[in-house]
Amino acid sequence: MIRLAACLLILLTSCSPTADVTLPDDAIATKDLQSGSAFLTEETRALQEDDFENPGLLWVERGADLFVDTSASSKSCADCHDEQLKGVAASYPQLDELSAELVNLEKRINLCRARHQDLPELTYESDDLLALTAYVANQSHGAPITVAVTEETRASYEAGEAYFYTPRGQFNLACNQCHNENWGKKLRGDTISQGHGNGFPAYRYEWQSFGSLHRRLHDCDTGVRAEPFTLGSQTYIDLEYYLAVRANGLPVESPAIRR
Amino acid sequence: MAVTVVSLSACENARTDTLIQSSQIQDDALPEPLIDIEGEAKEGEQIFDSRDAGHCVLCHQINGLDVEFQGDVGPELTGVGARLTPGQIRLRIVDYQRVQPGVTMPSYYRIHDLNQVGEEFEGQPVLTAEQIEHLVAFLSDQKG
Repeated sequence: MIRLAACLLILLTSCSPTADVTLPDDAIATKDLQSGSAFLTEETRALQEDDFENPGLLWVERGADLFVDTSASSKSCADCHDEQLKGVAASYPQLDELSAELVNLEKRINLCRARHQDLPELTYESDDLLALTAYVANQSHGAPITVAVTEETRASYEAGEAYFYTPRGQFNLACNQCHNENWGKKLRGDTISQGHGNGFPAYRYEWQSFGSLHRRLHDCDTGVRAEPFTLGSQTYIDLEYYLAVRANGLPVESPAIRR
Repeated sequence: MAVTVVSLSACENARTDTLIQSSQIQDDALPEPLIDIEGEAKEGEQIFDSRDAGHCVLCHQINGLDVEFQGDVGPELTGVGARLTPGQIRLRIVDYQRVQPGVTMPSYYRIHDLNQVGEEFEGQPVLTAEQIEHLVAFLSDQKG
């Protein structure tokens, strides 16, 4: 395990960029940023925007129920958070001051359960964790992503950036080769998107269900025939963080629909 | 809704043994066949199209091919046989990154210096030498 961690560390630091958060040469200019929904068909975009037909709303509704649920704990989420979660998801991932760790929404929800509700962690990718995440994310629907890099989070940002730019797998492809250099082009009938996470958790046609950004990252890794990381792993949280900073300004769209 | 979660078991598998030697490369070409067979264009077309084989149509297009939706990430290959020699085509499939570092085109006959390769693919090239010879024959036949 230690060897594995050391190996991972080498992997992630071997091509770290310089300390400043300067955008790399091939980065997409802010004015050219486009959400994944820009690459959908008109019909799918309409479905995403339909407050009755979007299938992701089933998870949002389930999340709303769980948010006020007190059957397993003396305190529900709503007992602490009333209207205060509007816009919050737009600033995630962010630093958890107590543990000094970078956390995403899913991890924040599980930390809340442990610290304030005396409840066990929800399994990553479980319907309940997806539902609560979608419910919280949906309260920021339309809010621009605003994720900052601070001295405390710089290492995570750099780790995520290194992951984005490191070729991997049997196909030896890095994220930037598709999502910075070739977005808008066609892979057979599909248009390559810019690879933003602002729609997740999202309903994905390929899954025929609702899933997290980490599940999507897992699919990208297996797509280039790389050994994927575990959903909820720090590696994917760091990458999620890098992607969020890269997408700053795009609106939160969860629950989005994606191919 | 279960998702298979595979934990990381091999984060760096940088094998250094190579399937082809630098001495086999002349400029941007690999003139000698990988194995001693006569490549068949018909087989090559199948490999070019098939999702289970090369699936080259994911990124490349050839006019007149009987395939729905061909990609455009890589260069169009209509008439490629008139532009490139079989040896040039071979190296572009085998390991173009040897002579064009950073090129997006994956290397289809390479096992060295790769990172985080999925366990089930470790130590194997994407295509066999035989499949590549069929592809070279098919693409060399594309005279425009």
